[in-house]
Amino acid sequence: MRITTITTTGMTMITTLLDDFLIRAALAGVGLSLATGPLGSFVVWRRMAYFGDATAHAAILGVALALAFDLPVTFGTLVVALAMAVTVATLAARGWAMDTTLGVLAHSALAFGLVAVSFVPGARTDLSAWLFGDILAVSRADLAYVWGGAAVVLALLAWRWQALLTTTLNEDLAHASGLDPARERLILTVALAVVVAVAIKVVGALLIAALLIIPAAAARGLSRTPERMAVLATLLGAGAALAGLQLSLWQDTPAGPSIIAAAAILFALSAMFGRVRRG
Amino acid sequence: MSGLPGGRGMSGLITAEHLSVRLEGQAILTDVSLSVQPGEIVTILGPNGSGKSTLLRSLLGIVPAASGRVTRRAGLVIGYVPQRLAIDRTLPMTVRRFLSLPRRVADRDAAAALARVGVPEVAGRQMADLSGGQFQRVLLARALLARPQLLILDEPTQGLDQPGEAAFYRLIEDVRRETGVAVLMVSHDLHVVMAASDRVICLNGHICCEGTPRVVSSAPEYRALFGLGTQGALALYQHVHDHSHDAGEGHAHHHHHDHGHDHDHHPA
Ligand SMILES: Nc1ncnc2c1ncn2[C@@H]1O[C@H](COP(=O)(O)OP(=O)(O)O)[C@@H](O)[C@H]1O
Ligand SMILES: [Mg+2]
Repeated sequence: MRITTITTTGMTMITTLLDDFLIRAALAGVGLSLATGPLGSFVVWRRMAYFGDATAHAAILGVALALAFDLPVTFGTLVVALAMAVTVATLAARGWAMDTTLGVLAHSALAFGLVAVSFVPGARTDLSAWLFGDILAVSRADLAYVWGGAAVVLALLAWRWQALLTTTLNEDLAHASGLDPARERLILTVALAVVVAVAIKVVGALLIAALLIIPAAAARGLSRTPERMAVLATLLGAGAALAGLQLSLWQDTPAGPSIIAAAAILFALSAMFGRVRRG
Repeated sequence: MSGLPGGRGMSGLITAEHLSVRLEGQAILTDVSLSVQPGEIVTILGPNGSGKSTLLRSLLGIVPAASGRVTRRAGLVIGYVPQRLAIDRTLPMTVRRFLSLPRRVADRDAAAALARVGVPEVAGRQMADLSGGQFQRVLLARALLARPQLLILDEPTQGLDQPGEAAFYRLIEDVRRETGVAVLMVSHDLHVVMAASDRVICLNGHICCEGTPRVVSSAPEYRALFGLGTQGALALYQHVHDHSHDAGEGHAHHHHHDHGHDHDHHPA
């Protein structure tokens, strides 16, 4: 759809247009990975993969509600994602069986979201964009949200970095050092909701968790410290975003899945390289 | 009168008064009172599941008290070594990096701490690759780097062989002598900690007996707790002997009932 529309316009126009939306798309991908690299590392370390899924799936419900009440979509996704993230974190703290609880919540949120979206006129046609992302259609405002959200998440993580790492390592140890593990968990919860809210446009609700986990997992085998893993996850995530974008542009494949596919290839390469290095 | 064993009360670094802890509706600790003085080494003994770890975690404020209370001296810095610290394989962590959590420490201090605990060579290694003994020493090094007034060590010699265990307790004693740090630790085996402890507390959901290692080793409550029997006349003699001549050595154990669960938890 994008490329065909573009080829109908004049040659010079194409170049400038291409430049413009491509640069926006590239900037969105890179901006997002600034947040998903470090946050995704925490998701991997703390085994929060399902948690990420539940929060991201809830965002679809947020889209439906925002459209129905004529509110900004980012606001809707942020509120609903935050509500889901806090619910999950609270249940986890109360000792609920997380595997089952998250399975129920993640899929129910998605189902309710999809049902709700079908009631909103016009939204149905855009559904695949919310599910799989539409990075090539990122507007200037979207870009501002992505970078703003990434900056908030990065600032939160940088501010609490030492405390978050200690809590992740062992909550008793954190407590004995005068930290409050519950507070650190809440910070990760909020950061996750913010990332979901700004990432939905780029990779879509179904694949946000993948963007968090796959680059971090790929970085693991190449890292000896948590900081190096977070930085590498960021670089690999940005690389995957650019490569996926390229593929999407070139073969007109859906952008979100293309980005995740590129990340998965990087993961496979890292796993092979890591094995060779280990001998 | 604080009602605490020894009557030393609020001068302690950390004090529990009539502390009871319930977890998931179960009474884990009942009416535990204890106090750790500056520079003192106190060892908690008790069988598995007797609430030793829960007591330490409650003193640290991790587990809330159901009744009674815990008081820590204002500004008290505690170095803690938990019983279990499983580092997830997905988290890359060198020993050097671990020592800087949560407070960053200078390379020099980190190297000195590792040397002090006898593992100067492991700084660049992954935590997950250490042997059990190296791991415990690194945990102790990290605890010491906080410059604590109190070390709380939960079975710090797990994974060590017997000579390693003896060396570890000597190390604890040396550190105490050098820095004046107080130590509250958990152990299984009285005889290994004998030399290193000023005071021993036997725990089985409540405090069964308390005193110097020699006194406790012959207390019937202790022997019942560990299923040792009385070991005949010699032990009995030893017990009486301790009781009559070593009164100054510590306020011994509590009343000597014939049955196991009716102790008076207050000093006579
Ligand atoms: N978080 C918890 N929730 C419920 N029960 C617990 C918890 N931690 C420990 N317990 C129970 O408390 C009792 C004492 O455990 P613990 O303090 O670990 O004993 P010890 O360290 O002496 O082996 C055990 O019966 C254990 O099952
Ligand atoms: Mg224990």
